Amino acid sequence: MNKSDIIFCKSGGCTAKLGAGLLSHVLEKLPKGEADPRLLVGYDSHDDAAVYQVSEDLAIVQTLDFFPPMVEDPYLFGKIAATNALSDIYAMGGDVKTALNIVCFPESMDLNILGKIMQGGSEKVMEAGGSLAGGHSIADTDIKYGLSVMGTVHPKEIWTNTGARPGDALVFTKGLGTGIICAAKRAGEVAEDSLEAAIASMTLLNRKASEIARNYTIHACTDVTGFGFLGHLHEMMHDEISCQIHFEQVPVLGNALQYASEFLITGGGQKNRNYAERYITFDGVNYAAEEVLFDPQTAGGLLFALPEEEAPDLISALHSDYPLASIVGKVLEKQEIEIRVTK
Amino acid sequence: MKTVNALGEVCPIPIVMTKNAIKEMTEAGKLEVLVDNETSVQNLMKMAKQKGYPATSEKLEEGKYHVLMDIPAGTEKEMEETETVETCPSAGQKEKRENTVVVISSGQMGNGDDELGGILIKAFTFALTQMDKLPSTMLFYNGGVKLTCEGSPLLEDLKTLEAEGVEILSCGTCLGFYGLKEKLAIGSVSNMYEIVEKQMNADRILRP
Repeated sequence: MNKSDIIFCKSGGCTAKLGAGLLSHVLEKLPKGEADPRLLVGYDSHDDAAVYQVSEDLAIVQTLDFFPPMVEDPYLFGKIAATNALSDIYAMGGDVKTALNIVCFPESMDLNILGKIMQGGSEKVMEAGGSLAGGHSIADTDIKYGLSVMGTVHPKEIWTNTGARPGDALVFTKGLGTGIICAAKRAGEVAEDSLEAAIASMTLLNRKASEIARNYTIHACTDVTGFGFLGHLHEMMHDEISCQIHFEQVPVLGNALQYASEFLITGGGQKNRNYAERYITFDGVNYAAEEVLFDPQTAGGLLFALPEEEAPDLISALHSDYPLASIVGKVLEKQEIEIRVTK
Repeated sequence: MKTVNALGEVCPIPIVMTKNAIKEMTEAGKLEVLVDNETSVQNLMKMAKQKGYPATSEKLEEGKYHVLMDIPAGTEKEMEETETVETCPSAGQKEKRENTVVVISSGQMGNGDDELGGILIKAFTFALTQMDKLPSTMLFYNGGVKLTCEGSPLLEDLKTLEAEGVEILSCGTCLGFYGLKEKLAIGSVSNMYEIVEKQMNADRILRP
């Protein structure tokens, strides 16, 4: 049995996420208990991580993310899973402090594979400036790996995903299409350079983007992951504002558009479409573009809303580390159509 | 009507299987695709709509859906312009090959001594490789799945058969039961629908 059969699973990465629609159904019914005023961000806001105020000038940011493999190489998988888990701290404007490993691994499998996964993960935690402080592992039929991460942020400098204002520019830091490219890989139809582009993107930490953006007036931020660009953008609109997206400005990785037009698409993408499509109008945009915009992203980029006049400077500051960073659209007063995507 | 069985598969695989089946269709006709989740139905319907194939879908039972597509003639050229001449056998050759299915439900051939049974099943499989007419499918279930996993003495012969076009399917539930899911060394994982369907459609079933 070759290596790829061992580690490659049916729907890896963020394509394995439960659909957003399904999830809100469950979350709405959970008992919440008495509200703690120190819990600044909980799951009411569909935000990326929880934020708890410890003192006047210190809040902790907590997040957890794990999923099945989406690439064959265990070391790379570890890096990608960690990059993805760490990202939520950066999406809140925080700094990574500690991380705990979350591991599901079949007992019958070669432990060296697990070793490589965790090596990749711990290297990314180090690169993030954090310390790996422990973890928990269980025997399971399939491999899953990720991190629970703790970070810190100043309570007055938290970026939520709901602060965008009409007139803001929307800036996105990475290319889209990691889910589609991994699907093409699974179908055996991926071009090597597309796969490389996706892997490079999925192992690129959002740390620098977050640090650079702190020099600007960020009104809202989220990281684009399992719910796809449009799913996360919809949450950023939180029923109070609208926006227009120019697809030509949206960076796309490798041959993702071509693969989408060949229907190398995921179930996750369709779930995202089911969840968000009623808020969206496509105007002169082809089917492949729609698919890319709904595509679940693993370790996707940060999506910022900031005053339009500051956006070009932010882009130039980001460019050396995030060459695909681009102004992708504009926030508007609430319209009948929440998200309009044009050419 | 041609049927694509994509039960147990998640996207993009059901779509890839459907595209391949359409490519192999030599004339216009209906294509049925079986899937086990609604998201795959939606993705298939989306593809049919984009390609302009009339299509309907229906939930047959819990965890089983089908999508019916009307495939017009000559679509394979559209779908795969760069594809060179296909090397699959012509319809005439296919008809000559009887649909024989070999069912192997334990690690031994016959009842009696297990060691002897192991020797016999190996000899049976080797003899199979030497036949002029090969079976279309070999189904492995219960103790039989041990023979398609790492360490099986049959692997070399099974590889030969697979290379000759014999489909080798192992029961997924059985692999799970024996803790062999990660050890499967040849062919693919199947499910009870497919196991039943292969036997229903067989002209002849061999049970060594």
